[in-house]
Amino acid sequence: MTDILMPALSPTMEEGTLTKWHIKAGDTVSAGQVIAEIETDKATMEVEAVDEGEVLEILVAEGSEGVKVNTPIARLSGDDGAAAPAPEAPKAEAKAEDGSGAEGAPADAPVKPKTELKDPEIPSDAKLVKTTIRDALRDAMAEEMRRDENVFLIGEEVAQYQGAYKVSRELLQEFGDKRVVDTPITEHGFAGLGVGAAMAGLKPIVEFMTFNFAMQAIDHIINSAAKTLYMSGGQIRAPIVFRGPNGAASRVAAQHSQDYSAWYAQVPGLKVIAPYDAADAKGLLKAAIRDPNPVVFLEHEMMYGLEFDVPEVDDYVLPIGKAKVRREGTDVTITAHSRMVGFALQAAEKLAEEGIEAEVIDLRTLRPLDHETIVESVKKTNRLVSAEEGWGPMGVGAEVVARVIEHAFDYLDAPPLRVHQEDVPLPYAANLEALSLPGVDKIIEAVKAVTA
Amino acid sequence: MAKAAAQKSTSTKRSNGPAATKEDLLRYYREMVLIRRFEERAGQLYGMGLIGGFCHLYIGQEAVAVGVQESVKQGHDKIITGYRDHGHMLAAGMDPKEVMAELTGRIGGSSKGKGGSMHMFDVPTGFYGGHGIVGAQVALGTGLAFSGRYRGDDSVAFVYFGDGAANQGQVYESFNMAQLWKLPAIYIIENNQYAMGTSIERSSSTTDLSQRGASFGIPGEQVDGMDVIAVRDAVAKAVKRARDGEGPYILEVKTYRYRGHSMSDPAKYRSKEEVDTVKTTRDPIEHVKKLLAEAKATEDEIKAIDAEIKSIVAEAVQFAQESPEPDPSELYTDVYVEA
Repeated sequence: MTDILMPALSPTMEEGTLTKWHIKAGDTVSAGQVIAEIETDKATMEVEAVDEGEVLEILVAEGSEGVKVNTPIARLSGDDGAAAPAPEAPKAEAKAEDGSGAEGAPADAPVKPKTELKDPEIPSDAKLVKTTIRDALRDAMAEEMRRDENVFLIGEEVAQYQGAYKVSRELLQEFGDKRVVDTPITEHGFAGLGVGAAMAGLKPIVEFMTFNFAMQAIDHIINSAAKTLYMSGGQIRAPIVFRGPNGAASRVAAQHSQDYSAWYAQVPGLKVIAPYDAADAKGLLKAAIRDPNPVVFLEHEMMYGLEFDVPEVDDYVLPIGKAKVRREGTDVTITAHSRMVGFALQAAEKLAEEGIEAEVIDLRTLRPLDHETIVESVKKTNRLVSAEEGWGPMGVGAEVVARVIEHAFDYLDAPPLRVHQEDVPLPYAANLEALSLPGVDKIIEAVKAVTA
Repeated sequence: MAKAAAQKSTSTKRSNGPAATKEDLLRYYREMVLIRRFEERAGQLYGMGLIGGFCHLYIGQEAVAVGVQESVKQGHDKIITGYRDHGHMLAAGMDPKEVMAELTGRIGGSSKGKGGSMHMFDVPTGFYGGHGIVGAQVALGTGLAFSGRYRGDDSVAFVYFGDGAANQGQVYESFNMAQLWKLPAIYIIENNQYAMGTSIERSSSTTDLSQRGASFGIPGEQVDGMDVIAVRDAVAKAVKRARDGEGPYILEVKTYRYRGHSMSDPAKYRSKEEVDTVKTTRDPIEHVKKLLAEAKATEDEIKAIDAEIKSIVAEAVQFAQESPEPDPSELYTDVYVEA
């Protein structure tokens, strides 16, 4: 015998009206046959038989209202009982309802690295070579492409044009058009293609001409790349790097000037890196390419031509997830990433002239965020200013401040302050653009406010 | 290439054998009945509250996945699809127990219960999902094809999508790159005539989806998706081209879903007569049964398959209920691959 149960016909249905029976006792039903009509909270639906057999009894009469889901409504004969045990109502589901089902769930959400992350020791005799960020990024890609033939670069103008910002200069000549792939202007498409190739085991570096254009592709960055490992129970990886210039450019107005740091840094499954100098750009891009996870690597258009010392060592790979104390100080902690680090350092020098010693922390990685380094610093300085180029609300600074309040509230001697872009789309007019963007002066102003 | 695009074929006539041996037909029958019985049972479990959220059944479309699978080199080729994925997974060779347990959100599911109906994957069978964003699988699948060409093997990517996804922009971005780079992608458009509640006539300015690659020079043809042999043969030709480096191909497979878009869809946008007509005149399983009779398969042979499938599905149902929910510790696993 098999009972036919009142079915749930929508995700929210708890009861319904059995409006009509199409069968009666003594009928023989087959799988797929429409046996009844049921009115739900949304619509009237037909119910098909799954089991075969003779109808022994109709248990709930036609016209009955408020029939609870899973109530037996009819009874069939047949051998199905043995072959297909009548499923029981779920027991396990119930405990999730009141939220108490999560006993033993890890309390602290952010995944912490097992080992302490440290930058590699640079041999004291290592030569320091003045290198532009542009070339440091190029060197990182070239080295990783030599090391692993599954690594390839794909994007607009990366090959024959040598990169819209010349970051991929000479890569086509060395690696050929199989591994340096010019695409049509088709961000959504080539980002998706890249993620598919990564799922199949290749290691794409997807270059966006700017991250502003990656908004057309953000579905693949988040829904396809970041979430699939989880949704596949660990089976499908997406080892891919999405990289390109992010943040304000110069006089190109709002659609071409936006900082996406906070957007991507909110998404579990992604790692997000925003380096400041050339050595970090190189060491972190190499780490990003080797990482088995999807990485968003945010460069800065206005910094590509800046030169910094890069140690000439064989394989310069930096740890993802480790902030760097760029300047030690005792009076205030300034956090920054990407281009803002330079402004923070300049601000610190000016503040030092006035007797205020600022500690400048370069976040380097935004996800996972190294809040231990920030918290340790604030415990020493008791004051915090965060600086970012993006908008303030829900931003990176908001997160930094929240973490400090959670972990070092009692150490704070003043409310933390955030320095960020004005809360407007970035204007074109030179004077308005300058007013909108954060810089050295705004950092100094904020530091003075928290140290007053 | 313009020539290729122009060669429009509408081979929607039903095949009448003897293009398949009795053994072939029995195999098709078995696979198709497995999908149908599995889906019927999934619908039942949904009705009992054991399956949550959205659940899109494949009933009526079985000949497509089964016909396509005949050309798949398992472990070499790659398959990707959208959210109506149970049939593709079973045809690809995934374990019905794992599929059903994923539907019930249990640890024994193919994604440990974290993906659900629309998000299942299985690398050994080359099944790359199961994607919930309509059209996303087309760009991803083009990337799977790209990986084959990059490695220089002769693998092919089978990229399924529906008549609804056929209007997404990224489909055309993908077509362009696939043809530009001659990627081995077989685009299988399962045209079941309704994108949720919107008929193809109400959503598409041109309804011959096989010609949607014409402006890129991708050839295509329409196929009777209720005829497993027609699907099998059309796919085989397209796959041969792709393996030979001739690039992508579009197969618009005309099919029909018997059930609503999802479990909570009463399907008021089409008449009962329309559904009944398809069920009684074009049912893909009845078609194979007819061919089996012509091939002199016995009642006993068919009954043996029915019984086998019944017990496979019953076993899957049992497993899907007995497998526990994922341990709370699974909440934070699989977010990142530990480097």
